[in-house]
Amino acid sequence: MSPAHYIFLSVILFTIGGVGVLVRRNAIVIFMCIELMLNACNLAFVAFARMHGNLDGQVVAFFVMVVAAAEVVVGLAILMAIYRARKSASVDDANLLKY
Amino acid sequence: MTHLLLAQGGGGTNLDADWSVSFFWVLSVLAVGAALAMIFMRQAVHCALMLGVVMLTLAVMYAMQGAPFLAFVQIIVYTGAVLMLFLFVMMLIGVSSVDSLRETIKGQRAWAGIGGLAFLILLIVGIGHASIGSASASFSSTANQANNLTGIAKLIFTTYVYPFEVTSALLITAALGAMVLAHRERTGPKLTQRDLSRQKVASGQVAPEPPPGVYALHDAVDLPAMLPDGSTSDRSVSKAISQRDLSLGREPQEEVAEDLEAGQRIDAERAIEAAALGGESE
Repeated sequence: MSPAHYIFLSVILFTIGGVGVLVRRNAIVIFMCIELMLNACNLAFVAFARMHGNLDGQVVAFFVMVVAAAEVVVGLAILMAIYRARKSASVDDANLLKY
Repeated sequence: MTHLLLAQGGGGTNLDADWSVSFFWVLSVLAVGAALAMIFMRQAVHCALMLGVVMLTLAVMYAMQGAPFLAFVQIIVYTGAVLMLFLFVMMLIGVSSVDSLRETIKGQRAWAGIGGLAFLILLIVGIGHASIGSASASFSSTANQANNLTGIAKLIFTTYVYPFEVTSALLITAALGAMVLAHRERTGPKLTQRDLSRQKVASGQVAPEPPPGVYALHDAVDLPAMLPDGSTSDRSVSKAISQRDLSLGREPQEEVAEDLEAGQRIDAERAIEAAALGGESE
């Protein structure tokens, strides 16, 4: 398959992830949608790497994976702190910054 | 699978062209379907499983595109670590947390759908106008002589060595951040065994809570147990299960109440019968 097919697939997955972030209200599911968007970007990176015939795209995808792992760890820790304070994982309930 | 992973020539993979076409279509339909299901499923656990399907299909696609290292990293890091972390936090927070369908901003969902569609059209038209070349005949980079893994290692430790070092700082910061955020400060003194037993006696419930199935009228887990005095106890049923019953519209209490009434009626009838029999024999 030509890289264009993979890039179109990555565009579709990215959009689905974006719509999920806008539509869902459970913070965990929103995180999952962000992961989906990052994965879609990785697919595009790998497709471009294949198109250009060098490995730089694959290295960038690797770095994206590392950053995504760090982001998930901190994000889920924040989520747990919020849940402990408010007993809810819905983003609508966390509408106050303090109290 | 091995020929797919070890392949290096011909665009990074020696997968047969026909096979790669059919693989691509099957996998892409699977990925898009699972991604859509992830958005529309109400239970967070189902969303996580759908995300796992998407990640696995993407891993196979990486392998098909001459990136076997990334394919394995995808499976190990994403489906192995990140997804398990999601499930872990979900279990801590409560599996029963279902998204409410009430819209807080009017028309939010419709506008999100319209915006997403517009964004999709924008990207597809934009990329459709760009000239995306076909797959390069092989990975010609100087870094990629031996195989994919060696090539990536050479790139990471030469060209990208500074980003790689910064990554280590990022990971350490993330680990520290998670520890700080998840740490709970102890506000009171730690309770000793003596304190705990005093609390228990003061609460009035000295014996352990009734487990489900003690004097049970049924063997379903959502039906409460019967206590020795004939009443049923809500505490014998797990909260998650009673919530599920609520969402399904089941009312186990009523079933039990009916059965208890029937049992009492039978007891009364038996007493009357026994009295009648006794009367005859006299």
